[in-house]
Amino acid sequence: MRRLSELSALASVLLWSSGAWAADAAKPENPLNMTAIIMFFIFVTVTLGITYWAASRTKTAKDFYAAGGGITGMQNGLAIAGDYMSAASFLGISAMVFAKGYDGLIYSIGFLVGWPVILFLMAEQLRNLGRYTFADIVSFRLSRIPIRTLSALGTLCTVILYLIAQMVGAGQLIRTLFGLPYEYAVVIVGTLMILYVAFGGMLATTWVQIIKAVLLLTGATFIAIGALNHVHFDIELFFRSALEGVKSSGLADHKKVVADNKDIFAPGGLVSDPISAISLGMALMFGTAGLPHILMRFFTVANAKEARKSVFYATGFIGYFYILTFIIGFGAVVLVAPNPHYVDLAKGVLNGGNNMAAIHMAHATGGDLFLGFISAVAFATILAVVSGLTLAGASAVSHDIYANAIRGGKVDERVEMRISKIAALVIGIIAIYLGIQFEKQNVAFMVGLAFAIAASANFPILILSIYWKDLTTRGALIGGSLGLISTVTMVVLSKTVWVDVLGNKEALFPYKDPAIFSMTLAFVGCWLFSKMDSSAQAQKERALFAPQRVRCETGVGATGASKH
Amino acid sequence: MNEDPVDQRLVERIQNHPKYKELVEKRSRFTWWLSIIMLVIYYAFVLVVAFAPKSLGAKISSTSVISVGIPIGVLIIISAFVLTGIYVRRANSEFDSLTQAIKEETK
Repeated sequence: MRRLSELSALASVLLWSSGAWAADAAKPENPLNMTAIIMFFIFVTVTLGITYWAASRTKTAKDFYAAGGGITGMQNGLAIAGDYMSAASFLGISAMVFAKGYDGLIYSIGFLVGWPVILFLMAEQLRNLGRYTFADIVSFRLSRIPIRTLSALGTLCTVILYLIAQMVGAGQLIRTLFGLPYEYAVVIVGTLMILYVAFGGMLATTWVQIIKAVLLLTGATFIAIGALNHVHFDIELFFRSALEGVKSSGLADHKKVVADNKDIFAPGGLVSDPISAISLGMALMFGTAGLPHILMRFFTVANAKEARKSVFYATGFIGYFYILTFIIGFGAVVLVAPNPHYVDLAKGVLNGGNNMAAIHMAHATGGDLFLGFISAVAFATILAVVSGLTLAGASAVSHDIYANAIRGGKVDERVEMRISKIAALVIGIIAIYLGIQFEKQNVAFMVGLAFAIAASANFPILILSIYWKDLTTRGALIGGSLGLISTVTMVVLSKTVWVDVLGNKEALFPYKDPAIFSMTLAFVGCWLFSKMDSSAQAQKERALFAPQRVRCETGVGATGASKH
Repeated sequence: MNEDPVDQRLVERIQNHPKYKELVEKRSRFTWWLSIIMLVIYYAFVLVVAFAPKSLGAKISSTSVISVGIPIGVLIIISAFVLTGIYVRRANSEFDSLTQAIKEETK
């Protein structure tokens, strides 16, 4: 009942404020869209219903962190896709294709190619070695307290940065949709995600992701078909129209492309120099393999076979989705850019910013009803991704820091779960605060930063602990910390934070993506300090590699699925 | 350190089993090869983006506006999916039956 009253309180707040804003503050280009609001409420009601159901089935820590281990490969594949196809992907990538053309595809490819590598080198190993978090794998051989603490730090940094990107997307979307102020939208998203995670745990989070993945794939398919239908499915005509669209566009971004004589069907301004291109490529590919909320998904299936099937399905869904965003981005150049309904010609910008390209595309191809549907889907997308992130962050606090680092693994499950719920609340509040601070940043770019940390801090110690016999606690600790500290330092000193956020005149670090430097530092650090480590502890850790390998390869001794 | 007790004798039995050695050898060779193929495809693309971005802008034919970069990009996405399919196919049959045999024979 408490949950229901919270829901109705939230609903009344939302209704009141959207009404108030429609009356006195909404801009003419953001009229109140009743279809969108109704669909949004249906989604929220259904997902809160699922949360209620999931809460009644979430009794043990295994239920809370891993949905009891009973998710199938197909379900998990969809949920992974749901976790991965964020608002930053949907809105940000289609916006990037819309504004810059081919550069958007470079991002998409980088986001996708990490998946086969995860499958070949990590998916089954994660399932066989871990229980709830990726730190379980690293601490199979290595010393619990320092390794858990470092992994938790890496997790929290990745989660918070990724959360900011999602929050920014949420704020922009709901502002355009409801005419709500940005800050208000961010608070609503934050509140809902806290409810899902704290009450429904991994089971609710998984089903929110599955539903969202199906809705998003369906919606994006329809937009892409609509775009291609406009040119009678003539691909040549489609790209020709996009080219003409850019040339005749009244948008400042497109005018700049024309003035700079840029080819929208070739790599452009996104990657300005070779170092940046390679660095971005490394961050995207290996970052995926170090994202804690993604890694956590492998603990929700029963065995290695289901784990590998999950990745196969996920790669298919995600690859298909990225091809759709490419079509949607160029489709928006053809259908959205020339239409004064979507464009503020006086300012030379798209209403609501470039991130709204996909949303306007929905209206251009399917009218008000479809706009409502896609807006609700985009909102669902954000909620699903932030929930997965919050759960991963909360698990790092409760399972890694509290239960293992502080209490040495001897802890009452109920206390651990309570800590996790409190952590979800705190992370939610931090995400709301930072989401508001980072309002003006490009969301896809923010995700790039999260990936750099995942690639430089989490991925090196994880992959080395699985495959390299000689890795020791000391090596992992120094290498991982070097990766984490160098990434954060370089990101803070780069243009994105140092200039755009902190207001300094010039960036102290010249590259946007630090991965090429920070990953190298992390690997060299791990290798060097492990090699130099001849302590008794190091010998023990190396001796444990053989049993770890056996469990890794065969699954003998792995935590199985629970019985219910 | 690992929370679950490790049955040392079972580990040794498995380790010394010829089929275990066969599994580890075959699977590592296969997965590293597949990973290398994916890495080569991707970083070849990244290096072209880095050093010769204009070359991706070449048109697929003299009458077309479509650049070669577009089908190449789509093909990379498809190749990622195909490679995962190849792995899952072999793992589901060959590797899983080897694993099953090892488990049965070392009980």
